[in-house]
Amino acid sequence: MYYLWVFLIGGFICMLGQMLIIYTNITSARILVTFVLIGVILQAFGIFDPISQFAKAGINVPIIGFGASLAKGAIGAVQAKGVIGAFTGGLEATAGGIAAAVVFAFIFALIFKSKTKS
Amino acid sequence: MTEKERNRAYNRYVKAKIPKTHAWPSLFNSFFVGGIICCIGQGINDLILLGFPTMAEQTAWGYTLVILIFIASFLTGIGVYDKIGKFAGGGSIVPITGFSNSVASPSIEFKHEGIIYGICVKMFTIAGPVIVAGVVSSVVVGLIYLFV
Repeated sequence: MYYLWVFLIGGFICMLGQMLIIYTNITSARILVTFVLIGVILQAFGIFDPISQFAKAGINVPIIGFGASLAKGAIGAVQAKGVIGAFTGGLEATAGGIAAAVVFAFIFALIFKSKTKS
Repeated sequence: MTEKERNRAYNRYVKAKIPKTHAWPSLFNSFFVGGIICCIGQGINDLILLGFPTMAEQTAWGYTLVILIFIASFLTGIGVYDKIGKFAGGGSIVPITGFSNSVASPSIEFKHEGIIYGICVKMFTIAGPVIVAGVVSSVVVGLIYLFV
């Protein structure tokens, strides 16, 4: 029944985002930045992994998970490789997501036309 | 009419004209849609682990996120994600699909300005700050871990 937890926790995090929109009128770029930073901080204090144990996709699919894996990559690499790890680790861990977003956006931008204008 | 009065009247007018976001329904919608997107992610992850039981959990999450990003870019391309976004608000922005949408949406919209200056440049109007914030803070965290 862990899908219920995934639903509740994922939904709750998204609702926090919606609350930011309603009560502070911030743009979606700032919301994404805020949640990435929350993820980095959670990972830095070691709180992310215990939550991720039972929240699974509920916290990994929100962009908090992206921030957490950036920090996790940097922390892991810095312990394995030293100073250079702080620079290589974060992007290495999230390279898949960033590359996928860039590649698919590029392909679909070539294929599709803008629909919002019409 | 003094300038102050005019400003006040104008502010009243603007307040009356702005479409009001009703708080509770939109909170519920974002909760519901966000929860469903996370469940879809969990479903994809479980299917991957079912098909490849030997795969490391980290790798499986990598595939899951790539698939979610693919789906979101496609839905952005055919114009469905915008409709979900109007309904769900934060529920469609906060998941990784919202990140994907924020990359795909401006690149499709500014396609008419050319491949380099349209697609490639505008691609990072929203995602750029996110990547910058993430990279800077992760390097800082990494350096802190080096010294503690």
